[in-house]
Amino acid sequence: MGLFILRRSGVMIITALCLTFIVFFLTNLYPNLEKLAKTEGNFRMSDEAVASWLEKNGYAQPVVVKYGQWLGVMPGWTRTADGEVTGRCIDGTATPDEAATAPRYCGIIQGDWGYSTRFKTGVGDIIETRLGNTGYLMMWVLILMVPSALIIGVLAGMREGSATDRSLSTLSIMTTATPEYVSGVIFIAVFASSTVGLKWFKGTATAAMENPTFENFFLPVLTIALYGMGYIARMTRASMTEVMTAQYIRTARLKGVSFPNIVLKHALRNALIAPFTVIMLQFPWLLNGVVIVESLFNYKGFGWALVEAASNNDIELLLAVSVVSVVVVLLTQLISDIGYVFLNPRIRIS
Amino acid sequence: MDPLTWTGALAFLNPIYQITLVLLVAALAIWIITSVISAGTRQVANADGSFTLAGNPQAMANLGVKLTFLVVAILSLAYLLLGLILGTNAGIVGAMSRQMLPTWTALVVLFALSITFKRRLGLYGKLFDSPIGMIGFGLVMFWVFTGIFGAMDLIATHDPLGQASGMKNKVPGTPLRGAEEGEYAWYLLGGDNLARDVFSRMVKGAWEVLKYAPLATLFAFMVGITLGLPAGYYGGRLDTLLSFLANLILAFPVILLFYLLVTPEIVATGLPQFMAVVLFAFPMVFCGVLIHSRFRTQPGKDYMWLAIVLVPIFLLYMSLINENGSKIDFWPLDFFDIPGGVLVVFVSVVFVNSPTVFRIVRGLAMDIKTRDYVAAAQTRGERAWYIMLWEILPNVRGPLIVDFCLRIGYTTILLGTLGFFGLGLPPESPDWGSTINDGRKLLSIYLHPALPPAVALMSLVLGLNLLADGLREESLKD
Repeated sequence: MGLFILRRSGVMIITALCLTFIVFFLTNLYPNLEKLAKTEGNFRMSDEAVASWLEKNGYAQPVVVKYGQWLGVMPGWTRTADGEVTGRCIDGTATPDEAATAPRYCGIIQGDWGYSTRFKTGVGDIIETRLGNTGYLMMWVLILMVPSALIIGVLAGMREGSATDRSLSTLSIMTTATPEYVSGVIFIAVFASSTVGLKWFKGTATAAMENPTFENFFLPVLTIALYGMGYIARMTRASMTEVMTAQYIRTARLKGVSFPNIVLKHALRNALIAPFTVIMLQFPWLLNGVVIVESLFNYKGFGWALVEAASNNDIELLLAVSVVSVVVVLLTQLISDIGYVFLNPRIRIS
Repeated sequence: MDPLTWTGALAFLNPIYQITLVLLVAALAIWIITSVISAGTRQVANADGSFTLAGNPQAMANLGVKLTFLVVAILSLAYLLLGLILGTNAGIVGAMSRQMLPTWTALVVLFALSITFKRRLGLYGKLFDSPIGMIGFGLVMFWVFTGIFGAMDLIATHDPLGQASGMKNKVPGTPLRGAEEGEYAWYLLGGDNLARDVFSRMVKGAWEVLKYAPLATLFAFMVGITLGLPAGYYGGRLDTLLSFLANLILAFPVILLFYLLVTPEIVATGLPQFMAVVLFAFPMVFCGVLIHSRFRTQPGKDYMWLAIVLVPIFLLYMSLINENGSKIDFWPLDFFDIPGGVLVVFVSVVFVNSPTVFRIVRGLAMDIKTRDYVAAAQTRGERAWYIMLWEILPNVRGPLIVDFCLRIGYTTILLGTLGFFGLGLPPESPDWGSTINDGRKLLSIYLHPALPPAVALMSLVLGLNLLADGLREESLKD
């Protein structure tokens, strides 16, 4: 088991390195750097001015070197001009003496996430606050989504072909067919529109960042939860119907165990193994939904930061965002693998 | 010109319709609740030792649902049919129904033919045995026909890009100010924030989706099959490597990937074109290997078929990737140019979809390769590619067809996501995602620009899901 976790973690780290390098490479392509130089400097820069700006700010080095510096396995660049030193690990300019005391390595391994050109603050702070907002959103999404999806799935799967099954299955197909930007628009129209709607909820969640209430926070949570819910419910239903045809359920029936008892004591635990992995693997898609819903409801979280960083070519923020999301995705995969083994003792890892 | 109401001369039907709708919802609720509580039909022992099935609340609720559903369906049909006859006199619904006449005709003809000959049509015919599959197929074909006839300008009332004065954010049914002779006199579903006709944009948007989604899915399948079969069949290092790459792409947040690929700066570097070179080569490889593995022993036939199939595909491929004034510009026979933005959208959608297909095909191939007929082929001394493409692939077609339907829906959602973030597609493009994005800015005041494309997208994807469900059900039966 220990070896398994170790090997999976190793693969995870390699994957994370590959993915961040791809993002690094894409964001550091010359046209992107040129755009960055022009937004940071001025828009009418000549090509030579752009080249010298990039040279001065350490962007002109080879991609691998820059990646190593960002990661913190290569010493950050320094540059001496007119007796003043600028460098990756130095804020602004410094005298040579000050520069000598500055740390040589400053990458994400050292905890230095860099500086966001869009928000003009450290990337670490942005990620922290934004991730906090999104974490809160996700918590409520999971609280709403997982139990209701499991209940729907179990209710539908315990009597295959019954009225409950057919209606709940149709419902879950409908929710999987409705992407967040469609259901969000429909919810706003029905529940929040100021002209014809019911005006039960607020159409934006901006206020929810300081003061989340049911009124301003329920719609975004519902929008994300619905899309994921259908899929989990269908998986739960499939695994529940399979379990309900198993031999031991028939035995329990023949023994005269009551139906609720069969479902709760005999079927449920075995039926929940498959949905567990599905829930974990659902995280990448939830991330997708978060980005859509946060821009739709104007909730300034992680997804919103991603959109802002990507549309302004904020390289360091974009990298940090991709690191976080890739790590989240890979961690959930790892947890799902390990949890699967724990839940299902029949599986042995050798 | 007076503004149109929703139902016009058919307004007398509205109260009846509302009452039956309420009844239908109530009956549905009772039906669900009773089925949870009661234990299904109950057997009653009679005095003479026989059993009868007792009528119970659930059966009655079931009857109620069926009756009210029938009435609702008949009334809905009445709105549409009377609308066909009365046109704009029957309000907005009637006018839309009249505009959609080509779609209705095509649907009726298709269903009549299919149901008549369903026993001779294989899996497709069996689809018409399952109500779910039929509803799904109907929804999908509705949008397919709407898209095709919309592209032929038979349905749309106005130019989807044309702006009319005084129609900005006007509610559905508003008459055009100073409509000229021969011009349609109303904006059936209102005007959007640039005074364009919402109805026409929705109809044209269907064509945008139809143009990209199935083709992108097909390419993703070609890539997934060509890589997934050897990965599953050979296993070993190849499998490890390809699976690692697939997991790499799958772990990438889709939206981040889109944002990285679709920006004009990246397009300028030609990266999407290079990706297109790789991804679009797969159909060629697939067809080539497919033919060659079959006719390897008959060189004459082999070369003939290879030439017939590969030459047109190669010409298409070259004109697809070759574009004047871009990084790849050397091929003289360039029949058409794909606008840069569209190519990027296409490439990124294929790129995102293919790892999932790869995983499915790989899993299926691993399962099938232990079967006896594969062992028989191996004993006969067939080559590996023949076994993969002519023994394994035909036997996994069921799950693949089902997944194909689901994946078109998923691709539609992805395309909508791209439009929603304003990525890739031109900003005035009438595709549903972009239209929703345009409409959402004023959503709390004006609902009508955003709702029609949202409902359209939802119904198309729902149709594809139901179709896939029906296909799965029917293909499992035999």
